[in-house]
Amino acid sequence: MDILDFIRNEGIPKWPYPIEYGEETEDSSDVVIIGGGLAGCCAAIHAARRGASVTVIEKGSTKRSGSAGPGIDHWEFAVTNPCSSTTPDEMVEIMGKGDIFEAEHLLYVALNESFDTLLEFEEMGLKIRDTDDDFKDAPFRDEKSKLLFAYDYDGKLCLRIFGAGLKPALYKEMKRLGVKIYDRVMGTSLLTEKGEQGRRVIGATGYNVRTGRFYIFNAKATVIATAKPVRLWEFGSEKVGSASCFQDVNCTGEGHAMAWKAGAKFVLMERNIPYMGSMSYPPFSTGNSRTTWFPCNMVDAHGKPLPWGGRYGQPLEGGVHARTHCGEGQKFLYQRVQDPAYALYGYMPDLPERIRNGEFRLPFYADLPSMPDEERDVIFGMMVGNESKTRTPVFRKLTQAGFNPDKDMLQANIDSPEGSGINTPIAPPSNSPNIRDASFLCGGPMIGWEMKTNLEGLFIAGNQTGTGCAAIAATTGRYCGRSVAKYVKDKDFINPYRPQIDEEKERIYAPLKNDGGKGWKEVQIGLCRVMQDYCGQYKSEEILKTGLWWLNSIRENEIKNLSVNNPHELARVLECDTRVTVGEIIMHNSLARKTSCPQLDFKRLDNSEVKAAEEESFITVQQADGKIMSEEVPLGYWLMGDFEPTLAENYKKYSCFEDSNNGLGGNSK
Amino acid sequence: MIETKKNAVVLPNPATPCIPITFNEEICIGCNTCVDVCRADVLLPNPVHGKPPLVVYPDECWFCGCCVDDCPVEGASEFHHPLNQEIAWKDKKTGELFRVGIKNPPPPCTKKLY
Repeated sequence: MDILDFIRNEGIPKWPYPIEYGEETEDSSDVVIIGGGLAGCCAAIHAARRGASVTVIEKGSTKRSGSAGPGIDHWEFAVTNPCSSTTPDEMVEIMGKGDIFEAEHLLYVALNESFDTLLEFEEMGLKIRDTDDDFKDAPFRDEKSKLLFAYDYDGKLCLRIFGAGLKPALYKEMKRLGVKIYDRVMGTSLLTEKGEQGRRVIGATGYNVRTGRFYIFNAKATVIATAKPVRLWEFGSEKVGSASCFQDVNCTGEGHAMAWKAGAKFVLMERNIPYMGSMSYPPFSTGNSRTTWFPCNMVDAHGKPLPWGGRYGQPLEGGVHARTHCGEGQKFLYQRVQDPAYALYGYMPDLPERIRNGEFRLPFYADLPSMPDEERDVIFGMMVGNESKTRTPVFRKLTQAGFNPDKDMLQANIDSPEGSGINTPIAPPSNSPNIRDASFLCGGPMIGWEMKTNLEGLFIAGNQTGTGCAAIAATTGRYCGRSVAKYVKDKDFINPYRPQIDEEKERIYAPLKNDGGKGWKEVQIGLCRVMQDYCGQYKSEEILKTGLWWLNSIRENEIKNLSVNNPHELARVLECDTRVTVGEIIMHNSLARKTSCPQLDFKRLDNSEVKAAEEESFITVQQADGKIMSEEVPLGYWLMGDFEPTLAENYKKYSCFEDSNNGLGGNSK
Repeated sequence: MIETKKNAVVLPNPATPCIPITFNEEICIGCNTCVDVCRADVLLPNPVHGKPPLVVYPDECWFCGCCVDDCPVEGASEFHHPLNQEIAWKDKKTGELFRVGIKNPPPPCTKKLY
């Protein structure tokens, strides 16, 4: 019922949950995991299976929260599946050549464990194969294993799965294992030994977004699994709700902010790319030919098929069959490989020009009726239906309104000639290049093979540092779960330092003393303006320093005086404070990178010098002794220093399989 | 004097971008499953036991649809995208345009959802 209708008839309702501002709950587990998305749940399950006691805290509802909450339709990096044409070692080498900053150690974990992770989900009840034979004899199905493949029907590296039930399955498994789950509790800070920055992390504090209750989580090890911060450059609540993008609306960056305050070392925070923001349509809700909709036929306004191109820009004849099979001499195709020898097919590169000269007329349409039956059904019925935010919002909504893929063509949103017919939220933006997002490849706390940060007791799981997708979230989650279970075996609890707790309570509840003041949304949008202007496409020392002044000024003035009516609004106020901190990390990391870097889409007006790729390095930032410290770390640091010289040796050493009862990655039930 | 259906009262503007979920009060059992799965607390329980939840923070919605996905009573709740998020479709043979929310819509399509 619309709240205004209720107020009109019944008056203003009282807050429906008990008000418990400042009251405390104490919890103690070997491991506390902050964030109950895909990564956090997988970490919890694997730590618990290795015998650790585990607590998960989640701002939303673990059963459906996180980017994968509503579902997932395709599963990447599954190169160890029985039909695969490649190996983790071959794939990591090919991918590493494309992006010099890609976190190869995390990628290597994903490549080795992605398919095992799916098998594990299958044991939990998720349907990962076509066991009902709905797609029997389809060209994308392996008849023996009944696995369904996406994109490349020869190479068979990416799986189509029925993932709408994934989060509920993980939730059930956590319950079965006795994991303590605190829903509606947002992490607010890390507890450190003696309350000092840079010391061992000994747990975290939390805040209940419904009741205002305060939580003290004491743990031998703490895992941050809060993904990357999103919507820092744009907060489009009035246009499309709080977000139109892929990422969970709850990903405001609490994990990043609390790690920064505790003294964690960050890397790649200066990396961000232009983003569609609230100009975007809901993912996969408009006709297109990419990702979930690949390899859909597209036509122009008059029914003329859009031209597809081969890997070197030549016309690709042969329709759907050609788009889904390797060319002559090609081993496989993969959408995350930049090398044209392996890249997926797309439109002819001259399509934008041909739109401009009138040969192809907008709007474009996804011509589902012209697709082979099994391709049509798998795109609109399985993929659109199981991918995040499509089951009810797109499939059910459109079909109930009469959309019939057998006879109707769904329009593609009108975009620039470069973006037309593509529609993903990370498509080339038609709006300002200053509206940006951390993207899949954003930064976060720097981690090595144990997934441990520079801070003792603090671990990271999921899409946080240098790579990302659902498979990365799940695989790094389970790997981290094993690692942290091993870590806690010979560790003791350290009691939280009371003054640190009191200081955090003071920070959290300060806005309750305000009477009046601005609303949190004005501040949220104001912060976005600071990010757009002072951390946009072009950066310089002066621009960034002015930006830092702005952020601090908003924290000291507006945020301290924000209006709060209930525990929910106080949570949103705290998110504003979180975003200021995340913005500061990004600006400090941007200041620390002195030269422009095209691989990071990082442009400095005051230094256009570009280093050769082999001379590039990671730039870290951290807080220590009241100062911002920064250092250069060589590319490939995961094969240097105390680490072994190869990915395979490190994986063998750190993946903690020695405790496992079988050969499968951590499947030690 | 023109008669109105709603009395003139002092209320803030309706929230944008839209009301993402509406309920059929006749069949909604007020179980609050949707309240429990919503990641953003867009919904709050109705003070009247057994009545549909209140849509209090529609502007914070992520439009994931889990509220309706997990609704145990078919037809008790309906999901809505805001108007600026709707796209049209075209009947390939006739060229006629359609979209969600028009008068006299075509019959629902019974295509299988896997």
